[in-house]
Amino acid sequence: MKFVDEFRDPAAARALVKSITRLTGDDEFKFMEVCGGHTHTIYRHGIEHILPPGIELVHGPGCPVCVIPMGRVDDAMWLAEQPGVIFTTFGDMMRVPGSSGSLLDAKARGADVRFVYSPLDSLKVAVDNPDKHVVFFAVGFETTAPSTAVTLVRARQLGVTNFTVFCNHVTIVPPIKAILESPDLRLSGFLGPGHVSTVVGTRPYRFVPEVYGKPLVVAGFEPLDILATVHMLLQQIRDGRCEVENQYGRVVREEGNLAALKLLAETFELRPHFEWRGLGFISQSALKVNRNYAEFDAEEVFSMPGVRVADPKACQCGEVLKGVIKPWECKVFGTACTPETPIGTCMVSPEGACAAYYNFGRMHREAAQMVGESAGV
Amino acid sequence: MCLGIPGQVVAITDAEQHLAKVAVNGVQRVISVRLLAEQNLLEGDWVLVHVGFAMAKIDEREAQLTLDQVKKMGEDYLNEIDAFNSSQIA
Amino acid sequence: MTGEPTTHADREDRMLLKIEQFRKRRPRLIDEHITLAHGAGGKSSAALVDAVFVEAFRNPELEQLGDGAVLTLPSQERLAFSTDSFVVQPLEFPGGTIGHLAVHGTVNDLAVSGARPQWLSAAFVIEEGFSIARLKAIVADMRSAADTAGVQIVTGDTKVVSRGAADGLYISTAGVGVIPAGRRLGADLVRAGDRVVLSGSLGAHGMAVMLARGDLAIEADIVSDTAPVHEMVEALLAAAPGTRWMRDATRGGLGTVCNELAQTADVGVILDERLLPVEPQVLGACDMLGIDPIYVANEGKFVAVVPPEEAEAAVAALRSHPLGDQAAVIGEVVATPSGMVALRTPFGGSRIVDMLVGDPLPRIC
Repeated sequence: MKFVDEFRDPAAARALVKSITRLTGDDEFKFMEVCGGHTHTIYRHGIEHILPPGIELVHGPGCPVCVIPMGRVDDAMWLAEQPGVIFTTFGDMMRVPGSSGSLLDAKARGADVRFVYSPLDSLKVAVDNPDKHVVFFAVGFETTAPSTAVTLVRARQLGVTNFTVFCNHVTIVPPIKAILESPDLRLSGFLGPGHVSTVVGTRPYRFVPEVYGKPLVVAGFEPLDILATVHMLLQQIRDGRCEVENQYGRVVREEGNLAALKLLAETFELRPHFEWRGLGFISQSALKVNRNYAEFDAEEVFSMPGVRVADPKACQCGEVLKGVIKPWECKVFGTACTPETPIGTCMVSPEGACAAYYNFGRMHREAAQMVGESAGV
Repeated sequence: MCLGIPGQVVAITDAEQHLAKVAVNGVQRVISVRLLAEQNLLEGDWVLVHVGFAMAKIDEREAQLTLDQVKKMGEDYLNEIDAFNSSQIA
Repeated sequence: MTGEPTTHADREDRMLLKIEQFRKRRPRLIDEHITLAHGAGGKSSAALVDAVFVEAFRNPELEQLGDGAVLTLPSQERLAFSTDSFVVQPLEFPGGTIGHLAVHGTVNDLAVSGARPQWLSAAFVIEEGFSIARLKAIVADMRSAADTAGVQIVTGDTKVVSRGAADGLYISTAGVGVIPAGRRLGADLVRAGDRVVLSGSLGAHGMAVMLARGDLAIEADIVSDTAPVHEMVEALLAAAPGTRWMRDATRGGLGTVCNELAQTADVGVILDERLLPVEPQVLGACDMLGIDPIYVANEGKFVAVVPPEEAEAAVAALRSHPLGDQAAVIGEVVATPSGMVALRTPFGGSRIVDMLVGDPLPRIC
């Protein structure tokens, strides 16, 4: 088994869709996929158009690139432009707009901005460039935070003194809670985040059925995973059950990854509050490098401007991130805001709901069906 | 959220530093398996790779269970689907 | 979808129409500085070319924006004329060097214009301190590439810039080829029902170079596909004389080329994902880095649009060439949705393939 192709079997997908259609009947359901990776899978494989019209998938806030507020991007650019600094980042963040351009623009103006595949690669840049100071732009949910944690521990072990982390790690539960508290959204259930759950496990989501009465199924990232998850959510509703289930048993364990959780506790602390693009301040929703590792915390080592910048007025990223509106319902979508001239973050990351819809999904339903059903050449 | 892809461990390259070489379709990279330090990782195991880290061991038995379950969910329609397929090919 | 799904869907359709009209407008250049995206072959490049170069040089030949200009001599013979610059880093990579690229790039631009490549010029910008032995090796690669392609390098130029003012070595080549009488290719000939043929597997050059830079620490046996395509083009045109249009799939990859086709011919292009040839290792590296092979550069592959009845012969002709064993029909031309490229996914889903925005960057999400 290679764990990819098996989960893309067209015949199994068709059978599942038939079964989903039967379970849906004439009713309408609105499920939110919390995670941007799911949004990407849904669009990339054209899943939205093969589901029955009664199933609506609403895209959630789980794209770590999309939720970084403008002020933090400005701070990142400020750091990148400090003399003697090599600023390292995942490729995803390069194009995210701050209030005066993106890191790509900073690079064009002469800043030493480099993309890395792994935070450990960033540490290696520091070891290889002892006369420079290397900053790692840490973004991501609990999936990515442990890799930063390991990097911090390793940096200390190596006695590196020219390396800091600009920490923007966020946590998954508070935004889910914020969405459930949002009055303008009626959801039938959640496709739970798969890769975050490899770290946090499935227990943190129990409040979703218990307190808010919504089913949640932790889902994998292949097309069959998404379809099976929709099926499981419908089955719960039809059976009158409401619980946390795990569709992604091949990598997600109920208790999560204890070694990773221990490392997170050792290196990070919760921020009292953190601003999310479009969602505003959410308490205890982000991680900061803790006191024990303060010498590796860019926020302690540099005096960054730290100016809060309001989201552009025209931008409705917040409503898109909360699933209140579909990307195409945003006032600027596709005209003022496009992947080459993004106004909001949702248009930048390939996981962002707007970018995924613009790049992959922007097709009339009929045209999409025509493409999908044509017999092939 | 976070791009995670299955890779197969082809060698433990540095047990002390928790480094292993994994292969994805024959493409290899050394990654950190520090997060699976307590899971007795062996050559041939499959792991989920994210930003150069193994996040979880992939459980083949569980994967098969999921596929079986998927099959069962769509089972009522399989015959119909077979008929649909053969007509499409013709 | 609460309430009236049709109304909601109608609203979405209206919005899509508006976006499509917006998208068909010429790309605007809004940047104040050049970024790498302007050189990546996608929308930003198109905007720059349009707003700066076409604006200044405007003439009917240039406005075709082909890989090469087609020029008619007073004797009515036609020439194709093309130029290209090569700035690859590293200069040597698995499967070739900047020397091979400099010859193949221009030869291929001429070939897909329908010409038989004949003469090349070569201009070198060299950074002070560059090793002469290394230069000799690269120039030897150019010589052997030119011999294989049957072209001669007939004129050239050399400039040396001070250390730091260039990154080692840049090469520019220009080339001239003769278009045989009676041969005509053009986007205006493309019709709904035509087939889209690809000459081989995708993404090897872009991934070979990205991995050769070394900073991603990924090991793979991926070799650049840099090669001259003129022989394959001739074989294709002999087997499928009704061939409408050709373009080599370099920067921006197959996705960008198909978008150029859809836009210039005002047709829709439907690709079938199952039919796209990608070598397993290229796919593995792309998966690892979150990059879509459809946007990765090739240096020895081209796309041809052929009439449906000649598609089989076209593919057979390409496959009979040693470089064309992966050649395949990968899609078809449709009347609507015009200006768009759509992809049929393996299990009957569908999605759009838009033009690439900027360089493909490794991503985490």
